[in-house]
Amino acid sequence: MAKTVRETIKEIVYYHLKKKKFLAMGQCLSAVGWVGGTLPELYEKDGMIELSMADVAGGGIATGAALAGKRPIYIIRYQGFNWYNAPMILNYACKSKELWNVSCPIFIRSIAMEGKIGPVAGSSHHSLYYRMPGIKIVSPMTPKEYKGIYEKFMKGDDVYYVSEHRGSFNNHKELIDVEINRPNLVIFAISITRFEAKKAVEILNKKNFRISLCNILWIKPFKVKKKMINQLKKAKYGGLVIDDDYEDGIAKNIANDLSIISNKKIHTLGLKNKSAGFSKKGDNLPPDCKEIISKIEKILVKK
Amino acid sequence: MRDKNLEIFKKVSFVRHFELQVFKNIKNKNIKIPAYLSAGQEFISSSLSYFIIKELKIKPLIFAQHRCHATYLNFGGNPKKLIDELLGKKSGTNSGLGGSASISSKKINMFGHDGHMGTQMPIGLGACFASKKPTIIFLGDASIEEDYVMSSIGWASFKKLPILIIVEDNNLSILTQKKVRRHWEANDLAKGLKMKSVNIKDDPKDIEKSKKLFFKEPFLMNINTTRLFWHAGAGEDDYKRFDRYEYTKKKIGSIGKEIDQKIKMEVSNLWQKQLEKQ
Ligand SMILES: Cc1ncc(C[n+]2csc(CCOP(=O)(O)OP(=O)(O)O)c2C)c(N)n1
Ligand SMILES: [Mg+2]
Repeated sequence: MAKTVRETIKEIVYYHLKKKKFLAMGQCLSAVGWVGGTLPELYEKDGMIELSMADVAGGGIATGAALAGKRPIYIIRYQGFNWYNAPMILNYACKSKELWNVSCPIFIRSIAMEGKIGPVAGSSHHSLYYRMPGIKIVSPMTPKEYKGIYEKFMKGDDVYYVSEHRGSFNNHKELIDVEINRPNLVIFAISITRFEAKKAVEILNKKNFRISLCNILWIKPFKVKKKMINQLKKAKYGGLVIDDDYEDGIAKNIANDLSIISNKKIHTLGLKNKSAGFSKKGDNLPPDCKEIISKIEKILVKK
Repeated sequence: MRDKNLEIFKKVSFVRHFELQVFKNIKNKNIKIPAYLSAGQEFISSSLSYFIIKELKIKPLIFAQHRCHATYLNFGGNPKKLIDELLGKKSGTNSGLGGSASISSKKINMFGHDGHMGTQMPIGLGACFASKKPTIIFLGDASIEEDYVMSSIGWASFKKLPILIIVEDNNLSILTQKKVRRHWEANDLAKGLKMKSVNIKDDPKDIEKSKKLFFKEPFLMNINTTRLFWHAGAGEDDYKRFDRYEYTKKKIGSIGKEIDQKIKMEVSNLWQKQLEKQ
């Protein structure tokens, strides 16, 4: 059977440390299940660095390690912790090449999950990084995508924010775009929403809704295949960007870019504009298949 | 006077006259950016660079803060490039992008600063940890209060790194004195985090006493000093300050005056030449 995303990440980290002699760093790495089983059982002597619980300083330490040429994989167990980890990565590492002509490559493994875990631990927070120059943001959900991103990182010297999702760790399949001849609407899905979007498109197209689906891997710089833009240009009801972060961020930015390229109306769907509580009722989950279908039905009926 | 002290005095004199030129050129508007003058604080990096480079023969990784002219000049940075940087020219240390506060130089292993005070501590720590190279980090008495600085001192201590943390304690955060901000000293903090430390004056003799500890283990020096001019720009606050340069010059008599005059001319010519290139 093909490798899962989890196994792929684990192999990459092993290669990064044991073969390339670079570093991985973060908090509580060697405990609590080795970050969802994505880390090989390695220790400080191998380059697996346990940091203290100082999140803000941790981002600075990773930045310094990058300046020293150690290409750190910096592991952030819950994306919400980036509120504390981001400052030096964004204000130093991302600017280092431009201001001081010193490269400072970091591979940030920022992991999302959700479901009754409250306002901090839940969901993706990649929009937090989006506005700063010098950062690359990607969200690989398949083994091939993950491997490709790592290889790109190793070839260049940029800072990568790799927006992971635990919901993808068991996945071993590639996700393929759905192209419909003369579609009614094109979905552009990010992160974990890609799995639910796929289901929604299958259901809707059985009912002849004519929905295309474009998988977004590259968020910044925003990259989509030309053929999907052509699909959008032909789509009667425009597009829909779906994200696992609040809509007031990447989703609306991408919608704007797509709208300018295609001259079409682009809708967005993401987390609701509220904090997530711990109870099932009070939670704030990414759009699921049902919500996606309902949103599309509304768009199509309204027109 | 010992040769060593004269050598250090010459280094101080160079930086002093460099900074007086910066002052003058801000006033006459050749320099149009915010500049953070090291004047008054020169003895710290002049002494340290003398002991570290000349005597110990160590070329450390250097992480400084916004008030970094003295660090750059003392540790071997090219003064012409700093002049050009202050003038915003392409030929400056950082092509005019660094200004006064963010000077870097690959030649002397000096890394740029991002403008957020204290970030040089965790970043320098990361570079030291990853490379295991001797690393010197300059902080201010204000930046040591940053939470991320405190936690980084703790980790540097825990990891037993070859790191030298210098607090240039001018008792000021812009214009707010230490006594308004806290009731502890930097060396109290270091002690709590199990790092060796001293709290001394910026007298080279006092600085030299700690030389044997440099880069042998994590070490913090809080060095009390005096900022001669405004936080930024060319201006003097209206109260009297101790000026170790003038004090030393007087103490060593005619030779002090001679060195002062000679270096003053040298620096003035240097500036003149760079300005004419405009
Ligand atoms: C994170 C951050 N907060 C606040 C400031 C504003 N600020 C600039 S310089 C300064 C005082 C710095 O004092 P100190 O560290 O003692 O250095 P000195 O200027 O005395 O050399 C402050 C508060 C800043 N640059 N960065
Ligand atoms: Mg100060």
